[in-house]
Amino acid sequence: MADEVILLDVWASPFGMRVRIALREKGIKFDWRAEDLSNKSPLLLKMNPVTKQIPVLIHNGKPVCESLIIVQYIDEVWKDRTPLLPSDPYERAHARFWGDYVDKKIYSTARQVCTTKGEPKEAAKKELIQCFKTLEGELGDKAYFGGKTFGLVDIALIPFYGWFHSLETIGNLNMEAEFPKLVAWGKRCLEKESVSQTLPDQLKVHDFLLGIRKKLGIE
Amino acid sequence: MADEVILLDAWNSAFGMRVRVALAEKGIKYEYKEQDLGNKSPLLLKMNPIHKKVPVLIHNGKPICESAIIVQYIDEVWNDKAPLLPSDPYEKAQARFWVDYIDKKMYDVGRRVWSSKGEELEAVKKEIIQHLKLLEGELGDKPYFGGETFGFVDIGLIGFYSWFYTYETLGNFSIEAECPKLIAWAKRCMEKESVSKSLADPHKVYEFIKGIKKMLGLE
Repeated sequence: MADEVILLDVWASPFGMRVRIALREKGIKFDWRAEDLSNKSPLLLKMNPVTKQIPVLIHNGKPVCESLIIVQYIDEVWKDRTPLLPSDPYERAHARFWGDYVDKKIYSTARQVCTTKGEPKEAAKKELIQCFKTLEGELGDKAYFGGKTFGLVDIALIPFYGWFHSLETIGNLNMEAEFPKLVAWGKRCLEKESVSQTLPDQLKVHDFLLGIRKKLGIE
Repeated sequence: MADEVILLDAWNSAFGMRVRVALAEKGIKYEYKEQDLGNKSPLLLKMNPIHKKVPVLIHNGKPICESAIIVQYIDEVWNDKAPLLPSDPYEKAQARFWVDYIDKKMYDVGRRVWSSKGEELEAVKKEIIQHLKLLEGELGDKPYFGGETFGFVDIGLIGFYSWFYTYETLGNFSIEAECPKLIAWAKRCMEKESVSKSLADPHKVYEFIKGIKKMLGLE
């Protein structure tokens, strides 16, 4: 019997993108359902009553929540192809640590840079620069964070590559000059179909972030 | 060759307690090194340069950080006995979800309990009760969060039991009155040697927090 895989998501969510990339890496057919977060569907509220957030993967009727937990679930269920995590426990712990780092540091800081002004923006910018430097250090001269192959940490971070244009324009950062390895890594990931099919156009993301700024009254 | 296992920890850390319980469940011999978080050791800074936090497990010289990640690592390396996570990918994802919930919610409210007063304290108190009630709902009538056997989510939450007396005394409420099943669960866990030997004395925790409040002029 064929698997039924549904993904509750929104196009702009970096967290939803992680799941889309993982599903595409594994060649899993899925039904993508756009949610209106200002008017959440009964299905979303039923499938994620605790945090009521997207993404939610519904596999044969059963929900899995939290993007990196979903990615690991996908890797464990469809384990016959394209491993997303290393097999060695230490390397796996290392990957989980950096996935967690991206979770804790990048989203809220990048969002603050793009949707605030004045001191909070400058403080967030300083922190974000530090985080990107740290990530570049971890990447080193490897092709991917996972080494030779694209994996969990790459999946965790690559959706934020779609924000680089906005970070340059709104944040007044020169990403290629300050983080050349990270930009090269981003371009390398985009050569993969799973990523290029998933990441929205950087200008579309920029328009979206400008929309948020307008709503918040930030000029 | 015997494994060298070192744990950098602080006696009252609910996160450190997770690792102590996991190591005890697996019967792993290790060296406990108490850390002074006000004056961090060169070893801690070397082993966890990113977050500079405890707990850190050092296994044959290699560090693993973030308590939930450490517990999974322990379960994967010492996989010959006392499984801590379920083997089914869906059940594993559910367990990870609840530990992630505890991670995101309990530390923050716990900290705010002793650093706030008046209306703010009342608000924090309400939040603690809300989170614990949700967790109690998830426990249901099962002996443990994992079902018949003690596992990942039980380990994820039980350390906070040593802080309940502090929350109750500072917030002037009874967790047992609000969440009787949860307290029954905690007492059941305390019957396990791995737990009773790993948890801090609740009265010592309270005295410690009283001392901090005095020092910071927060009485």
